[in-house]
This record gives sequence, C-alpha cells and structure tokens, in this order.
Amino acid sequence: MLRYVARRLLILAISLIVASALIFSIVELVPGDPASFMLGTGARPETVAALRDQMGLDLPLPLRYAQWVGAILTGDFGTSFTYKTPIAGMILDRMQVSLPLALMALLLSTAIAFPIGILAASRRGGASDAAVMGATQLGIALPNFWFAMLLVLLFAVHLQWLPAGGFPGWSDPLAALRSLLLPAIALALPQAAILARVLRSALIETQGQDYIRTARAKGLTRGQTLRRHALRNALIPVLTIMGMQFSFLLAGAIIIENVFYLPGLGRLIFQAITQRDLIVVQSAVLVLVAAVIAVTFLVDLAYAAVDPRLRRR
Amino acid sequence: MRWGLILGAILAGIAVLAALISFAWTPYDVTAMAIADKLQTPSASHPFGTDHFGRDILSMLMVGARTSIAVALVAVGIGMGLGVPLGLLAAANRGSWIDETVMRGNDLIFAFPSLVIAILITAVFGPSAVNAIIAIGIFNIPVFARVTRGGAMPLWTLDYIRAAEVAGKRRARISVEHILPNIANLLIVQGTIQFSLGILAEAGLSYVGLGAQPPTPSWGRMLAEAQTMVTIAPHVAVIPGLAIVLTVLGLNLLGDGLRDWLDPRLRVMR
Repeated sequence: MLRYVARRLLILAISLIVASALIFSIVELVPGDPASFMLGTGARPETVAALRDQMGLDLPLPLRYAQWVGAILTGDFGTSFTYKTPIAGMILDRMQVSLPLALMALLLSTAIAFPIGILAASRRGGASDAAVMGATQLGIALPNFWFAMLLVLLFAVHLQWLPAGGFPGWSDPLAALRSLLLPAIALALPQAAILARVLRSALIETQGQDYIRTARAKGLTRGQTLRRHALRNALIPVLTIMGMQFSFLLAGAIIIENVFYLPGLGRLIFQAITQRDLIVVQSAVLVLVAAVIAVTFLVDLAYAAVDPRLRRR
Repeated sequence: MRWGLILGAILAGIAVLAALISFAWTPYDVTAMAIADKLQTPSASHPFGTDHFGRDILSMLMVGARTSIAVALVAVGIGMGLGVPLGLLAAANRGSWIDETVMRGNDLIFAFPSLVIAILITAVFGPSAVNAIIAIGIFNIPVFARVTRGGAMPLWTLDYIRAAEVAGKRRARISVEHILPNIANLLIVQGTIQFSLGILAEAGLSYVGLGAQPPTPSWGRMLAEAQTMVTIAPHVAVIPGLAIVLTVLGLNLLGDGLRDWLDPRLRVMR
C-alpha cells in the first residue's frame, strides 16, 4: 500500500511540474511579447516597458518560471492586470461558485446514473434496458450549453420556477442553490448518460464471472448478487469515469457559466481572455489543471480502497 | 442492433450530404441579410425559418455542417496521424523506456481538461477554425495512441508475428504490414467516436466565440446568436441544436454499429 501511494505521489508531483511548465510556456508563445500583447498595438513604448518590468519579462525564462511557481506555492498568484487586485482572492471568490456547481452536478449525475445503470444491467436485453440505452445515447449527443438554453426556456421563462441566470451570493444559501440548480442539471445529464452506460457494461462484464455464478448457486437472488458482489467489482471503471467527469465538470463549467451568467472560475478565465489579461488566464488555468490532477490522484487512492489487490502492490 | 447502424449511417449521411451540397447550392445566400424577413417561423419558403438578420436557417445549417465536419475530420486526422504511430511504436517496444515515455506522455495530456487547454490555445493564438482544429486534434492523439497500443499488444504474442520477427523482419515493418491491418477495425470505430466528440467540441468553442469566425456560419455560433432571442423565437435556438444532436447521435450509433458489425464475437455476446 505504501509503495502504491508513494508511486502515485511521485506521479502527482511530476504531473504538476510538467503541467505548470506547459501552461507557463504556452503563454510565452504569444505573438510578440506578453506585455505588448496585453496592452494592444496602440500602447506607448513606456507603458509596455513598465509592464515588462512589472512582469519581470527581462529576466531569463527558467528564472521567471521558478519565481512564478515559488510565488504560487506561497499563495501569491500576482496581481490582475485589468482589475489591479490580487489574483488569489479573485480565484478564491470564483471557486465559491464553480466548486459547488461541479459538486452538485457530480452528485446529480451519480444519483441519476446509478439507478438507471443498475436497472439496465439487471434487465439486460429487456424493454427497460433498451429504453435506458436509447435515452443515454441521446444524452451523450446533447451539447450541454444547448440543453441549458432549453432548460432556461422551460423552467425559467415558461414555468418561472427557477432563475434564468445570475448568482445572488451565499448570504442566502437557498437562493444560491436555486440559481445553481439549472446549470447543474445541464452539466449533469449528459455526464449521467455516459456514467450509466459505463456502469451497465461494467456490471454486465462482472456478471459473467465465476464468483457471481457461485453467489447465485448458494441461493442469492439476482438483485442481491448484483448489489453485494457485482457492483463493488464494477466500481473501478466507474470511479475512473467519475474522476474524469469531475474535471470535465469543473472545466465544462466555463461554457455553462456563460449561459447562466454565473461568476465562476470559467467565466473569469473567459473574461480574462477577452481582456488579454494573461496573468489571470495563466493562474486560473493552472488552478483548474491542478485541481484535475489532484482529483486523478484521489481517484487512484480510491481504487486502492475499493480493490484490495492494489493495496498489496 | 443492426437498425442502429442503419439509422446512424442515415443521420451522419444527411449531415455530410448537406455539407457537400452546400458547396454547389444553398436555398439562399448565407451572407445575404433581409431584415424585413427576420425571425420568421418555419414556412414553405424557409423550411427552418429565418434568424434575426433574416438569413435562411436551412442554408446556414448546410454551410455550418461544412465547418463542423471539416474541423472534426481534420482533428481526427491529426489524432490518428500522430497517435497511431506512437501507439505502434509503444507496442513494438513494450516494456521499454519508449513505451513508458509514450504512455506517461499520454497520461499527462489526459490530465489536462481539454476544453480549458483548447480555450488557452485559441486565446493565445487568436480565435479561428484552424486553432480550434489544433486544440481538438491534440487531445485526439493520446486517445488513438492508447487504442492502438491496446490493440497491438496482444497481437505481438501471436505465432505469425513472432515468426516474422524471427525471420528477421524489422519491427517497424511488422507494425505496418501485420499489426496495423489487424487493428484497423478498432481505429475506424474510435475515429467515428472522436469525430462525433470533435463536432461537439467545435460547437462549444464556436459558441463561446473561439471557433470559426464570422461570416463563416457555424452551428455553435448560430446558437450563441440565438441565445438572446430564445424567448421570442425559440426555433432559432432549437433547430441548430437539433442539427448538432442528430449528427452526433448518428455518428455514435454508426460507431457502435460498426463495432458490433466488424467484430462478430460481440454479436454472440449480446
């Protein structure tokens, strides 16, 4: 177990280093230099020189990378070029929208996918299986932002049950949750379709195993074997997909946040791009990527928790 | 599951056909604005209605299909062109540092949320269809590398491959002449799936304004423009979305159908 965790930790560290270096160098690749890119073509040379100096662009590249990473490790992400405020605070603010949104979507997607995936697997070949497979096939093909527009049309415009967009802040938790509900559904449903299909095929695969036959032979019903034996063994592929989905939900929120005018991390990245605020883009993307890498690490640990065979390695 | 294959082929075929026909003919000129005819609901003269500039939605969908298909297709080409050789290389040198490097590199790309990096790339190099292609294509590389390696690994243990190796044939030639034809099925199926994902990704990027730029019509941007009008003219938003859903659904059904059809073992299992 210790070796397994150590190996995962090493991979985590390497991934973080390489990812941060990649993000850092992509921004270095902008046509011209970052300072003149951010200020636009009409900027005066003094202004460009001042920004170059502020960003430390005259220092050699590896040194700047080291300084950037070093500062981030102490929680200093630098100052936004357009808002003149510390980026760390901005990211923290935005996370209060993006993180709950992603968690809500993941929860919803799991809550939908598990029952229908199990149903389809236990009635394999039957009418309900065909219905689940058909519905999930459609769900996978849905662009979530379009689905979001349809949800707004139905629930916000026609029925007026939920707000069409905006975020009131967490001072009123109920209102905040209400405004996150439609975006979370829009994000969750296509993901639930994928998850349900993975769960179904993983369950069907395990059901062909000898230990399932043994369990049936000793008198357990189909439902009991499914819940007690097959489900646990089908969890590995399901966990993999759930880990990938969480990162997808965090990142996919960029588009959904735009549909609902939610002040989340995705919208911050997007606004920063249109304002050419590369410092914010760089930091916010790094935070997202780091979150994804961290989730991958946690999923790897979860494998070991679910599958005792991995612990012995 | 045979009907899935047929339905998929029909749906995907319609999209491809619409794109091809649009090169020669569209019902109306997609750049021609007719403000007097704006936001018309579907009728005989405009089967899918008109948008806020009075442009014919059917014509725009046809030309938009071109953008979606071109972007997704070239992105699959990039993924296959680089991913398949990498996968073959890794499988031919399984267990060696080459294999390890290729696979860890794959893991690393997988760790990046593709959408974020696509946005980063288009942000730095400017929004355009070409940059969208590159951004989507990069994430196809590890997918094809993994599928290729996974398909090729078991083949290397087969007797006739070992015989070729013993006979002194170089590994690169064995990979191309014996391994590749045997995993072609896998690659076709994965290609179809990545193609449909590419169409979704292109729509998303265009929707946020980072894909094909005006005046080139694209499905994603049609939806972005429709968003503010969704309450007064729902068809402007519903129809392009349906075009995306039906095309992606068609490609997915086609991919699943092809997999079952090309692999007789799966037919028995179901």
